[in-house]
Amino acid sequence: MGLGFEIGLVVLVLGLATWTIVARETFAAVVGFATYGLLLALVWVRLSAPDVALTEAAIGGGLTGTLLLGAAARLRATEAAAAAERPGAQLRLVAAVLSATVTAGLAAAVLFLPDPAPTLAPAAAANAAATTLGNPVTNVLMAFRAMDTLLEKVVLLLALVGVWSLAPDRLWGGHPGPRHEADPQGAFAFLARLLPPPGIVIGIYILWVSADHPGGAFQSGTILAAMWMLVMMAGLADTPPVSRRLLRLALIAGPLVFLLVGLGGLWLGDAFLAYPVAYAKALILAIEFPMILTIAVTLGLLLAGPPERERER
Amino acid sequence: MNTFLVVAASFILLMVALGLVRILRGPGDAERMMAAQLLGTGGIAVLLLQGAGSGMPAAVDVGLTLALLAAFASIAFVKSAARSRRDGSQITDL
Amino acid sequence: MRLVLDLFTIVTVSAGVFFFLAGTVGLLRFPDALTRLHALTKADNLGLGLVVVGLLPRADGVLGALKLISIWLLVLLASATVSQLIARVARRNVSA
Repeated sequence: MGLGFEIGLVVLVLGLATWTIVARETFAAVVGFATYGLLLALVWVRLSAPDVALTEAAIGGGLTGTLLLGAAARLRATEAAAAAERPGAQLRLVAAVLSATVTAGLAAAVLFLPDPAPTLAPAAAANAAATTLGNPVTNVLMAFRAMDTLLEKVVLLLALVGVWSLAPDRLWGGHPGPRHEADPQGAFAFLARLLPPPGIVIGIYILWVSADHPGGAFQSGTILAAMWMLVMMAGLADTPPVSRRLLRLALIAGPLVFLLVGLGGLWLGDAFLAYPVAYAKALILAIEFPMILTIAVTLGLLLAGPPERERER
Repeated sequence: MNTFLVVAASFILLMVALGLVRILRGPGDAERMMAAQLLGTGGIAVLLLQGAGSGMPAAVDVGLTLALLAAFASIAFVKSAARSRRDGSQITDL
Repeated sequence: MRLVLDLFTIVTVSAGVFFFLAGTVGLLRFPDALTRLHALTKADNLGLGLVVVGLLPRADGVLGALKLISIWLLVLLASATVSQLIARVARRNVSA
């Protein structure tokens, strides 16, 4: 019985993916892609990976769709010219052959995996006592591979600086994005007032349960970013100027605390990012709270784009 | 019981698929925006049934996240469609 | 007791699935955007609501039940507002 459900899900996901590729209008394709992301979360739950499902629902659905829409809006002027150029038959044949080859390679890699597939999951689960946390995914992300997580946050920051660098010189430090307007008595403003409070509570809750149940800092930060974007899109608050000191402090708070705890591990303990077992949970939480602030602000600013309006003096 | 829940989930999945076929083909942007709505709600229903049927309480958390982010996605689509209709000038009575 | 709760779940979830069916049929058969939107929101509110109520007996404690209900309330709020906004855009497209 479950097999019928899985087949249905696979057919739906593949159909949606195909439609996203063949859609003529950019808007239609982006809607298809965002809904494809939402459906993929179902697939992950079916595969018993709720942490990944949370991330897919958060990032792959709403946030990436909005990012793509922003990009499409900026490209609208050139869309007609781009649509007029159709690649020749030869180029499309080469592309088709390449895609088929890559697909065949991936299928072979998956189908010919040794059974049982080599995995570090039992080792990670067996060492859970090192941090006294119940969720093995959090253990891996925040303890065993904490270095990777720290570097990922730095990469996010670099991406943001890259986006800011697209602004003309005179606008550096200004407000990102256009000034959104919406009727302050209207439906949109109503939603933007009512949805963020429970949204923020849920975001922090997802972080809080990540100690022993599926959840995580990244998913939590994404939810908070979405709530912030909602408020900004409804015109209830303007995008902050990127030269504001408090904003920049929020952007580095996460990696900074992470780095400090890591150096503390070097000084007081065994190695960089080593946590003494007695304080492991407290230290991890101490890192994660500034980190969701950083992730929320970074993702929000990435979606807002490069500065487009001057900062008023 | 679990079988019933999985069957119910499959049925709703089928309904969502049928609805999607219509929406994605439908002319006009309003239909496309309804896709995110339908998928969000139907997806949450499937998720809850699936989670209850296979004993995964975390599915409810995924459902919560999905509810928030599907709402956000729908709003973003509406905002984008509203803007593009008038070639730049915004619809301000949203 | 267990049997009564299971029966309740089966009946309520079936009713919820029926509303999803009704909503989808409306979506497929109605002539224009506004009427389709109407059908869609029926599936949202009633379909999901009945499914949530049906799953309450199987919820993971009080917190689990609260989470289920808050999912429904959030979806209600969001779909009501978004339907309004979609309808305005659709009406503008028709009259423009």
